Amino acid sequence: MSLLTAAGVSKSFAGIRALDDVGIEVAVGELVGLIGPNGAGKTTFFNCLLGMLRPDEGTVSFDGHDLSRIPTHRRAKLGIGRTFQRIELFGGMSVREHLLVAERAHRGEGRLWKDIVGRGRVTAAERERADAVLDRLGLLADAERPIESLSLGRGRLVEIGRALMTDPRLLLLDEPSSGLDHQETEELSAVLRAVNLDEGVAILLVEHDVAMVRALVSRVFVLDFGTLIASGPTETVFADAGVRRAYLGAES
Amino acid sequence: MLEDFIRSVFQGVPVGAVYALIALGFTLTYKTAGVFNLAFGAQAFVAAAVHWELHVHNGWNVAVSAAIAVLVVSPALGVALDFVLFRHLRAASSGARLVTTIGLLVAIPNITKLVLRFTRHPSTGGARGLFSGPDVVYRPFGDAYPITRDELVQLGVVVVAGLALGAMFRFTHLGLRMRAVVESPRLAELGGVNSARVGSFAWALSSAFAGLAGVLIAPTYQNVDAANFFELVIAGIAAAAFGSLVSLPRAFAGALGLGVASTYLATVLPTNSVLARGLKPSLPFVVLFVWVVIAPGLRGQRDVADPLSGVAPPPPASAADERSRSLTIATRGFWSVVGVIVAWAVFFAINDFWLKRIQVLLAVGVIFLSITVMTGIAGQISLCQAAFAAIGAFATTQLAVEQGMSVLVGMLLGGLVSALVGGLLAMPLVRIGGVWLALATLGFALFFHSVIAQLAVVNGGVSKPRTPRPLIGSIDFAADRAFIVLELVVFAIAATIVVLVRGGTTGRFLAALRGSEVAAASIGIGQWRSRVTAFALSAGLAGLGGGLLASAQQSVNYDVSFSPQVGLFFVVVVVTLGSRSIEGALQAAFGFVLFQPLILERALPWVINHIQPFLHVNAISGLFRDILFGLGALTFAKHPEGILEFQKRRSLNRIQRSIDRRKQQPTEAGSTP
Ligand SMILES: Nc1ncnc2c1ncn2[C@@H]1O[C@H](COP(=O)(O)OP(=O)(O)OP(=O)(O)O)[C@@H](O)[C@H]1O
Ligand SMILES: [Mg+2]
Repeated sequence: MSLLTAAGVSKSFAGIRALDDVGIEVAVGELVGLIGPNGAGKTTFFNCLLGMLRPDEGTVSFDGHDLSRIPTHRRAKLGIGRTFQRIELFGGMSVREHLLVAERAHRGEGRLWKDIVGRGRVTAAERERADAVLDRLGLLADAERPIESLSLGRGRLVEIGRALMTDPRLLLLDEPSSGLDHQETEELSAVLRAVNLDEGVAILLVEHDVAMVRALVSRVFVLDFGTLIASGPTETVFADAGVRRAYLGAES
Repeated sequence: MLEDFIRSVFQGVPVGAVYALIALGFTLTYKTAGVFNLAFGAQAFVAAAVHWELHVHNGWNVAVSAAIAVLVVSPALGVALDFVLFRHLRAASSGARLVTTIGLLVAIPNITKLVLRFTRHPSTGGARGLFSGPDVVYRPFGDAYPITRDELVQLGVVVVAGLALGAMFRFTHLGLRMRAVVESPRLAELGGVNSARVGSFAWALSSAFAGLAGVLIAPTYQNVDAANFFELVIAGIAAAAFGSLVSLPRAFAGALGLGVASTYLATVLPTNSVLARGLKPSLPFVVLFVWVVIAPGLRGQRDVADPLSGVAPPPPASAADERSRSLTIATRGFWSVVGVIVAWAVFFAINDFWLKRIQVLLAVGVIFLSITVMTGIAGQISLCQAAFAAIGAFATTQLAVEQGMSVLVGMLLGGLVSALVGGLLAMPLVRIGGVWLALATLGFALFFHSVIAQLAVVNGGVSKPRTPRPLIGSIDFAADRAFIVLELVVFAIAATIVVLVRGGTTGRFLAALRGSEVAAASIGIGQWRSRVTAFALSAGLAGLGGGLLASAQQSVNYDVSFSPQVGLFFVVVVVTLGSRSIEGALQAAFGFVLFQPLILERALPWVINHIQPFLHVNAISGLFRDILFGLGALTFAKHPEGILEFQKRRSLNRIQRSIDRRKQQPTEAGSTP
């Protein structure tokens, strides 16, 4: 069953056609890759999926809902989580606080009066849930640390943890392995596989690390200059001559 | 009708021309340095004051005096500001730069007054025209359309200045480079233009425009008073916003249009109604507010003008987070002792004068908590907190006097009314954010000042009703000491609310939004709801504090306590001392209320007179308070948590480290054989 469907998505910036009639589908619980050389439009596509950019044309629907009139933060509530290529963390918060605020946002308990009568504070149950996710990501030892003191790689993990706290059914990951060393990349792959298997979270992975993509995903879409040039089972696509020229050739 | 309009054109164009000078100068520094220069009015004031001092007071020739003010003093001031301050703030957030200019706006006029000894002249300036002698009226288009000589001169000077600016941009080498910087600072830099030099020149030029406007407009005011120049600048900014802060010609056109429109409005509205009297001067503010809300082009500007605006330094953890237990106990003990001594003094030792001050201090403390919410928690800069407080003060008074309501209920309702107004105001504004939000709130504050606060239904008319003291059951809070107890209770409740909100859902959502709007959205936090809530809460607290202040002083001292200038000063004091904590708000209230009578007028002179016998000091001018805090705001860019907070953290860290070292020494000695 299809979870996310994007059809005919186009977006231009001052004459540059960053996306041209792009359509993809992600099924429930599926692990899918989206690859393409630098500037292909992958991040722009993510932004269009989440409403951080409004596509010029095309439709996006999630779990049967048409998303075009739904603002970004409500799309998150429907069950789409994401991480950012240019990392976006909350300065001044500790690692655990990142997860706690996501947990609270997900439960939607944002009432001022509750804060005023003293019921806005972090509960033990919330803490437990946050710590479980931190543990899974290997971040528990860093829970109290201010976010500024973390390495880029750990910061990316915090972003994933923050997204996981909102119980997503689909995760959009924008180059999660950049800034990670080989060891960390392996660990990240393991975590993602586990999240996918245990909770059935579908993942759309944008990634330059070909080895990681090949190891993780069953299907890939290939973007080049804003157009979808190939899609299909991972190994078939990587064998395709056009893809090698456009992408692998440019990489290696 | 048509005749009215044509007459408005004749009268409005000279005024609009002066607005245009401001708009041009303002746009210049905004585009070259990315500084939203609210201190522009202060620069205009300096030139006007210098000109007044030389020409009116000392009888110098008009041309010489004006030339010194506009061509020497003003550019020098501009260059100095660039050199000392703004050049170093390129990487600071736009909010920090805005606070810097607000600090200057407070400090510069007071320094000028001090230097020129303006306070010694009972009446400074006065409506005497640009030249000595009576003004001359010309009627080249018939009696219906008179033009005065002053208007002609204003117009002529502006046309010449505008043409000169245009020619400079078009034909000179420097002008071309400047235009390159204006169009794209980064591109110009890549092309090898020394943007620091160009920047200095832009500051000099822009400051000269401010000076020219100041000198030209000063004679139309009753007094050479900084407040007038401030309002003038808002009109100029409204015009500049018309050009989306990019287009100089459109800014020019906007300024002329604004001049004509406000003159025309005054002729069509019923004369002498509050609307007519209030709307004419406040039209620019309304235009500014509406324009900021509706203009689509202004929104994307944040990123364009401030490439680094997204990388504001993260707020450092507040001092309390990092202490060890023993240190916490020690500091708590210290503050308890201080509290007991103060309480003893309040109840047994001090006289009426100080009692009154302390009542004001506690009420102001509640108002300042509203800035803790707005700036410390939500990270927004609002310049209309004094207006919110005034809403509470007026509402409390009217409800108690006209409706016979209990004063305490009146205060709570006043807070609610204020919260409602704040929430409504925030709805269209929170999406815009940043400096534009600050500007729109300033527009609102000035509109409130010139229209709403003048209505008899609001201020109670000429009789100036007295605000009563509360009476709960049989407990009468009319006595000062009883009232202080009540105030302490209100403050404690307000402070508790602030702390709970900060640590609760709302506060943490706001912190997330402050950290990254996109990331907050990605986990389901909508900025609109959280920020409107923060605005309403903040306005409510300000309203409550305003009501309390009115009851403390037993009347609404609007001009002294709630005017837009006072509101600016509120923000300056709180962000300087610390907007993140309850202590910060209290310290700011202390600074605002007691610094002058206690430190400047008594403690400091006493110390000075005791340590040296040569110079006898009576009291130090209150101007120093404003100057000190104004200059204090300049530290905001470096210490956004406030200087007291910063100092406290530093010294506590130092103590903590020495404790740690002492603890470690024995173990280290043991581990190394
Ligand atoms: N806000 C914007 N304004 C103008 N152009 C943009 C904007 N965002 C992206 N672009 C352009 O759109 C194109 C696609 O950019 P995008 O960031 O989506 O690529 P990408 O596939 O994510 O590349 P990378 O692998 O480097 O992350 C690029 O040419 C980029 O310059
Ligand atoms: Mg990208």
